[in-house]
Amino acid sequence: MADVTAAAASRRTWQPMISAALRDPKVVVGGGFILLLIILALGADFIAPHDPLAQDLMLGSLPPAGMAGAESGYWMGTDDLGRDVLSRFIHGTRVALTVAFVAATIAALVGTVVGLLAGYFGGWIDVVVSRLIEIWMAFPAVLLSILIVAILGSGVHSVIIAIAIIDWTRFARVVRAETMAQRQADYVTASTVLGFSRLGILAGEILPNVLWVVLGLFTLELGLAVVIEAILSFVGLSVSSDTPTWGGMIAQGRGIIYQAWWVFALPLAGLLATVLAFNQLGAGLRRSLDPVMQR
Amino acid sequence: MAEPLVETRGLTVDYATGRSLRGPANASTRVLRGVDIRIDAGEIVGIVGESGSGKSTLGRALLGLVPASEGQVLFAGHPLNAQPDGALALRRHMQMIFQDPMSSLNPRHTIRTILTRPILLHGIAANQAAADAAAAAVLDRVGLPLEVLARYPHELSGGQRQRIGIARAVMLRPRFVLADEIISGQDVSTQARVLVLLKELCAEIGMALAFISHDLSVIRALCHRVYVLNGGVVVEEGSCEAVFAAPQHAYTRALIDAIPLPVVGTGWLAA
Ligand SMILES: Nc1ncnc2c1ncn2[C@@H]1O[C@H](COP(=O)(O)OP(=O)(O)OP(=O)(O)O)[C@@H](O)[C@H]1O
Ligand SMILES: [Mg+2]
Repeated sequence: MADVTAAAASRRTWQPMISAALRDPKVVVGGGFILLLIILALGADFIAPHDPLAQDLMLGSLPPAGMAGAESGYWMGTDDLGRDVLSRFIHGTRVALTVAFVAATIAALVGTVVGLLAGYFGGWIDVVVSRLIEIWMAFPAVLLSILIVAILGSGVHSVIIAIAIIDWTRFARVVRAETMAQRQADYVTASTVLGFSRLGILAGEILPNVLWVVLGLFTLELGLAVVIEAILSFVGLSVSSDTPTWGGMIAQGRGIIYQAWWVFALPLAGLLATVLAFNQLGAGLRRSLDPVMQR
Repeated sequence: MAEPLVETRGLTVDYATGRSLRGPANASTRVLRGVDIRIDAGEIVGIVGESGSGKSTLGRALLGLVPASEGQVLFAGHPLNAQPDGALALRRHMQMIFQDPMSSLNPRHTIRTILTRPILLHGIAANQAAADAAAAAVLDRVGLPLEVLARYPHELSGGQRQRIGIARAVMLRPRFVLADEIISGQDVSTQARVLVLLKELCAEIGMALAFISHDLSVIRALCHRVYVLNGGVVVEEGSCEAVFAAPQHAYTRALIDAIPLPVVGTGWLAA
């Protein structure tokens, strides 16, 4: 009897948490936009109205629908080579999202593990990690990423590796500081007294408290990775010019901004909206799910 | 005489104050000097002294949380420092109740997790269902409703959190529990109920209790014996009646004289 009531009383299931998150406007708006991008990326071949690479010089520099001279079927106009801007934008979400999720995940995993170990064990591990972070922070991120891609050769893989190599310190720094703060709390001493091992305490007690800062940083990093990929595309170091990317479109559109500003405007707007959406999603998730943040 | 449960022999503790790793001299402060105490099974022992006298340090040394620079701490005859890191079986029997119940409970674990993880770790409950049942039983014992299992520590009152801290410690059925200033910052009736609960639990489980406090009236009502600590040295020890009736040391007399009169709220513990 007692165990039945205890189990019933103590069940914190996922359903109410998910519905709480889905009631949060930040999660709905931010997450909705990201979901839309994911659908565009996965279904680009079916959703894009035109072949993103098909050129037609007869249809060059068409303005977006609604403007004088617009051609039906080219909603966001065409570039100077007559390629459909909307189709190129839709296909560009693939590289943007792949880079964002893979690079941010690697950076977050590496940085969090390193930060946890340095913050919890201190000693020589902390000395080494702190020095490494200092050295890393001394390099300007964009220059470093260009250097890394120049060495590794261009391509999505190199971009991902460059972003992860540069930005793991972002996580390591914050997680280290947060871990050091948590380590002082009595619940850590209590866990020692209760018999938990040091790694058990790190994983089972401290990590759940640090995870929420990691979530915030992770969504920030997702947006940043999209920006860095765009910058590398912009300077021609990301993927081959055959693959449509937002950064590539921005670079191309900048050159023809007086003839066809829309080539430049759509990917830039998409970039900004993506960064914003990731941030809102992160803030909303924390607000609605972190037990300590709940009002 | 039977073997003591907890015993210190010439226990000396130094805190490093040098701060710098490569400083010229490793400066340190001596906080405990040659402390000899013994706590028998089932005994309630008070440790008193003014702020900074080393009470918390002694308590932490008893649990092996700070190393002895000289002398040793024995638990049931085993020297603590000789124990390998994960001496789980021994750990179970030396528990602690903390002064600040908020800080001592993981803010992102539910009360259910807080209460069931330790007994699962020690194999006291074989599975989550058994652990849940044990948690329900202990909540009932400390006078909290079952609903608190689903809550997080910040969703409880200070007094309720204190009871969770007590419940967590006694769920392991330890042979020794340390309580460091656990009733400071609570109103008198809450203090009284916590102390009654502790005293009952000691009797039920047969556990020994080291009760650190600077409140002599509480020590007098709760403890069998008392150690008076001053400047890291035990200046007086003995049964509560003896020490309070005829303090031998000037420092103890000063502490007793400092008790505000009339002494409130000790009658309830007499039973
Ligand atoms: N981690 C530490 N590092 C250096 N010195 C410390 C440390 N902890 C305590 N001390 C010093 O050791 C002495 C004894 O401290 P302790 O906490 O044991 O006293 P206490 O009797 O518990 O006092 P209180 O009643 O205020 O809790 C104090 O002088 C204190 O400044
Ligand atoms: Mg103290």
